[in-house]
Amino acid sequence: MIEPDPAFLAVRNVSMRFGGLLAVSDASFFVKEGSITGLIGPNGAGKTTLFAIVSGFQKPTTGHVLWKGEEITARPPHLLARAGIARTFQIVQPFAGLSVRENIAVGAFLRHKRRDDAIALAEKVAARVGLTAELDKPAAALTVAGRKRVELAKALATEPKLLLLDEVLAGLNPSEVRDIVPVVRAIRDSGVTVLMIEHVMQAVMNLCEAVHVLAQGRIIASGTPAEVVATPAVVEAYLGHGAATRLSGKRDA
Amino acid sequence: MKDRQLSLILAFAGIAALVPLFVTAGTWLNFAVFTLILCLAAQGWNILGGYSGQYSFGHAAFFGTTAYLTAVLQTRYGISPYAAFAIGIAAAAAVGWVIGFLSFRSGLKGSYFALVTLAFAEVFRVLANASEITGGAAGTLIKLDVRPENFQFASRGTFFWVVLGMVVLAMLLTRALERSRLGAQMVAVRENEDAARALGVDALRVKLAAIALSAAMTGAAGGLYAQYFLYLDATIAYGTWISVEALLAPIVGGAGTVFGPVVGSIVLHSLSEFTKSLVGRIPGIDLVIFGIMLILVVRFPPRNIPGLIRRWRGTK
Repeated sequence: MIEPDPAFLAVRNVSMRFGGLLAVSDASFFVKEGSITGLIGPNGAGKTTLFAIVSGFQKPTTGHVLWKGEEITARPPHLLARAGIARTFQIVQPFAGLSVRENIAVGAFLRHKRRDDAIALAEKVAARVGLTAELDKPAAALTVAGRKRVELAKALATEPKLLLLDEVLAGLNPSEVRDIVPVVRAIRDSGVTVLMIEHVMQAVMNLCEAVHVLAQGRIIASGTPAEVVATPAVVEAYLGHGAATRLSGKRDA
Repeated sequence: MKDRQLSLILAFAGIAALVPLFVTAGTWLNFAVFTLILCLAAQGWNILGGYSGQYSFGHAAFFGTTAYLTAVLQTRYGISPYAAFAIGIAAAAAVGWVIGFLSFRSGLKGSYFALVTLAFAEVFRVLANASEITGGAAGTLIKLDVRPENFQFASRGTFFWVVLGMVVLAMLLTRALERSRLGAQMVAVRENEDAARALGVDALRVKLAAIALSAAMTGAAGGLYAQYFLYLDATIAYGTWISVEALLAPIVGGAGTVFGPVVGSIVLHSLSEFTKSLVGRIPGIDLVIFGIMLILVVRFPPRNIPGLIRRWRGTK
């Protein structure tokens, strides 16, 4: 089981309603400081909405987000970034007209007023995510994998304590996934807590110590990756009602 | 590269400063001063439109505010023209901040922002046309009294140097902005506001800083206009013509670059002057030229004159 760590990030009874659609329904979970925590679930489960709420882009209909015991619900994103919460976007959002270096520097400028310091930090971060060779290229000219790295680097350059990764591995081929997994692990090892939405189960099993499963807006399971994939409710959420019994029946036969 | 930029600015300043020594014909100096004043207005627009991506269609509001304050404060209240000019610039920045606050706070973007700025400029024009303090429809005349302490100079060349100084100052300011945190944040907001906010950029604050700075520069152009031509009415000060001039030059010359507005306004005005000398003074011929230039520039990929030149030289 996951040890709750209310001192770090806590999501409490968060619901989000868009008209008649309840996108997130009474979701509660914790993120432990220093962990890599996964948020998984089928398409349309409400993961990205939950991310938007935690990162301040949306105000939940009800519920609270607490950061180190302090209420941060609906605090605007730029203040959350200042407090140490950074996010990436599922659909990468590079500053198209700028070079990779300048892209990352925008993040670095958050805590470094002088241009030289910001650029120096940007170059250091670029080295961490393997972008040194691309620094002078326009961000728009990179491959999908390259742009995902830029997205990661921009967020890292704000020197966050909590990094929210929205599907950084989606759209990458298996060898690119293999390249990025150690990068994410190294980020955690440098003291940044990571909360990641991910579909690539190989990576989730590999990286996450704790996983929360969201289906139809509800948290239906929490635990270690191994615990979670063995939970019948999770199997059914992905494969349909009755799948868990059919699968275990097959295994028994 | 960056040092090349600085030497280019200084080279431009040096060469342009020689113009009054060789060009002595009044009409040509008039033309040069007028072009530089519009260039300054365009440099102002470039800060908000070019760097921050907020396309204003109402920079006349700032041009006119400084122009009127410069004229009215000295003619009605006997304040020194220089002080009036400075007050006018500050007032333009304040007007910019207020218009920005009202429209950016409510999340206006793109064409909606353009329309609101146009509306503000039109309101100012109507008010200036009706109010007594601005001289109403008859306009305001600054008394001709040629003395340096009156911000009036015996030779057009002197005024040319003053305006050139302001243009070069604006170029240096723009260059410094380009290399500053605020500049990086402005470009980030232009390219992708949500991504910028996620990186800790206070988009509202950045846009307000941009519009205030932008308004101050365009306002300075208005004040210089008033001081040079010594006459203002509502259509000159707050007319749509100046809003169009301010945005056309940067777009043609390269928005979001230090040289864009300068190249754009020089090319546009030289072309329209040249055409006038060819076909005579047909009313509206300059607008036809501007329209053709805009279509050409927007139609073909590099989308500005320096880009075209680079492509022709194959050094892209």
